Amino acid sequence: MEDVIVRYVSRFILPFVQLYGLYVVLHGHLSPGGGFSGGAVIGASMILYALSFNLAAGSKKLSHDVSSILESSGALIFAGMGLISILLGANFLANRAAGFPLGTPGNLFSSGSIAIITFGVGIKVASTMITLFYSLIEEEDHSHDHH
Amino acid sequence: MRKLLILFFLAVIMVVMVATVVEMPTIGDPANVTNNEVPRRYVEESLKETGALNVIASIITDYRAFDTLGEATVLFVAIAAALSNLKAH
Amino acid sequence: MTITEIVLRLHANSYYFFAIILFIIGFHTMLTHNNLIKKVIGMNIMDMAIFLFFVAIGYVRGGRSPILEPGVNHTFINPLPSALILTGIVVAVSVTAYALSLIVKLYKHYGTIDAEEIMRIRGGGSL
Repeated sequence: MEDVIVRYVSRFILPFVQLYGLYVVLHGHLSPGGGFSGGAVIGASMILYALSFNLAAGSKKLSHDVSSILESSGALIFAGMGLISILLGANFLANRAAGFPLGTPGNLFSSGSIAIITFGVGIKVASTMITLFYSLIEEEDHSHDHH
Repeated sequence: MRKLLILFFLAVIMVVMVATVVEMPTIGDPANVTNNEVPRRYVEESLKETGALNVIASIITDYRAFDTLGEATVLFVAIAAALSNLKAH
Repeated sequence: MTITEIVLRLHANSYYFFAIILFIIGFHTMLTHNNLIKKVIGMNIMDMAIFLFFVAIGYVRGGRSPILEPGVNHTFINPLPSALILTGIVVAVSVTAYALSLIVKLYKHYGTIDAEEIMRIRGGGSL
């Protein structure tokens, strides 16, 4: 949309929204939140950018190839942690039995594979929302003269 | 005619559901049947076995991580299906 | 059971009763309107009613959110229904996304998103 106030305000608050979404994802094992809600906040910030400016600027910020690579890598991080725990000698997707360092509770670098799995799920959900939004409202030029 | 049929059908469903809900145990009772030894073990042993302070995060990524892997697969398949529908040439 | 007993039991289990009402509202929206987008909205309302019903099972009176503090003992609510519903919410979002993409394809092909007109164009009879 072409509004001056929406553009000015959204350019001002977008870094804070993304910082908050990143905080919710990274502190998934210490405070309420986790991968799904943090990924939804980050995806919503990119949708706000594409809504207040036009769609061409939004898809230049995060193009289709980059978002498909991000989504596949989010799923691969999840499955990769399970396979690493097989290589270390325990069952699939084990945490303490595979020897991941648990640390002291309350630190940011604690609890083994939980933080890495949460991060992978977060970027997967964010890129899912962005990809869906861009593909649903993209217009092709040859389907307007239908009848 | 169609509206009457819809209303009758919805009334039958509502009567069956209300007859079930009336027999369920009270909300918030600590002696419910659903608060048996399984959630008690998850809450008590979660700090020692996983080291995470958030009990729900340790349930969905450590104790029941296989279900979360299935859910990530469902997200991926939904995106692939929607994209293949919209961008077919 | 008499009517007053039923009303008192429903007042004690009020979360379940509101979940039933939401389910009936969503189902009525899905059956009555002809617009395809309204049918998708009705399906979403029915999903949310089921999630409310399931999460309200795990409530414990006087309990807090299950975030532990090392060294302090509280009573917590049951964490298991909330953890199981997270997967359900993601599945509902995926089904809605696929249904919306199907509606976009239908509009491009038929030129309308009215369900009865689409059935008329295809040649079948209406209900």
